[in-house]
Amino acid sequence: MAWNKHEYEKIPGTYVFDGKTSHKAYALNKLLFSFNHEENRQEFAKDPAAYAGKYGLNDEQKEALVNFEFLKMLQMGANIYYLAKLAVPRGFSVQDAGAAFQGITTEEFQAKLTAKGEGLEEKLEKAGYWNG
Amino acid sequence: MARIVGGVTTSHIPAIGNAMTNKLENEPYWKRFFEGYEPVKEWLADVDPDIAIVVYNDHGLNFFLDKVPTFALGCADVYHNADEGWGLNTMASFDGDAQFSWHLAESIIRQDFDLCTCQEMLVDHGFIVPMALMWRHLAEWPVKGIPFAVNTVQHPLPSARRCYDLGKALGKAIRSYPEDKKVVIFGTGGMSHQLQGERAGIIDVDFDMQCMESVISDPDWLASKSTTEIMEKAGTEGVEIIMWLVMRGALDPEVNVIHKHYHVPISNTGAGVLVLENQPIAY
Repeated sequence: MAWNKHEYEKIPGTYVFDGKTSHKAYALNKLLFSFNHEENRQEFAKDPAAYAGKYGLNDEQKEALVNFEFLKMLQMGANIYYLAKLAVPRGFSVQDAGAAFQGITTEEFQAKLTAKGEGLEEKLEKAGYWNG
Repeated sequence: MARIVGGVTTSHIPAIGNAMTNKLENEPYWKRFFEGYEPVKEWLADVDPDIAIVVYNDHGLNFFLDKVPTFALGCADVYHNADEGWGLNTMASFDGDAQFSWHLAESIIRQDFDLCTCQEMLVDHGFIVPMALMWRHLAEWPVKGIPFAVNTVQHPLPSARRCYDLGKALGKAIRSYPEDKKVVIFGTGGMSHQLQGERAGIIDVDFDMQCMESVISDPDWLASKSTTEIMEKAGTEGVEIIMWLVMRGALDPEVNVIHKHYHVPISNTGAGVLVLENQPIAY
């Protein structure tokens, strides 16, 4: 038996969160989901390695977790929304994640986003959009 | 009889929630985005709906990956917000309308859509940000809220076509409710954005604008696209636009465009706002 292949696997630079990924990273995402509760966040803060053990993380996942290697966790299959529960309170935003994937600074990443808005108002006006 | 006054599309990203909490609406980065909601608020005040159905995706508050319903309808009298783990303020609870929800569930399931019904359902930023965008200026939520969650997080996702058809079933269900209620539907999420991978940060303005036009006058164009085709253009999280089709399917085939607004970037996304009104019958 093998995992099904999908058309979306051909999209460059893109990791679609599907059954295969979710299955592989289930324990890690379950741990991240637990951070919805303050008492769990406190328990984790006291002893991250013990907390990782409690959720059955493998060695590789555990190492990335206790070292707060956010990019590595995403590459291992942590879902971005679940990772946010660990990363955002520690000052690592989704924009930091995007920049890390590309090996550029967050400022450079944000500048690329801002550039998408250049010439926008003219384009929208032609197409009958609201413009203030 | 209940009737659908119209539909609204909106982004639901947490950055917008943070901006509202921190009152950044007039900052240069946010000003144009938020001003584009003023006509929406005016329209909502005019049509004065009783019920808002919010089509959104849960991001790991109510649902974990242990159980992922493709379509889940809130069937409760009240919905609470809760801590999502990363610092958004918890909002006041929302009143629901269980009788109305169970009517929807019965009608939609009878139309062969196998929904998950939820008598307890925590609502996350996907539901709350749209509500706050429309009505945070009021002391109380002026509508009953009905959460309608679509799985856009863990593939396999429902197809765009399936979402559009679900919308048609939703429309039929609403119109068959015997009580006089005015219903508005919010299709939330999108537009183009991708949060992870080396391709993170893509925004495709032209594709977003094509989607806006499609949702207005030719929903079949978007409904015919595969999930992969949408992700190629709009990114892995941009696929959320399929939820707009649930809203659109519930409306009349021909709608009046009351408002059309687009802004980029808002955080990592293109943000599109539509107000589509059903042909007015009699209020």
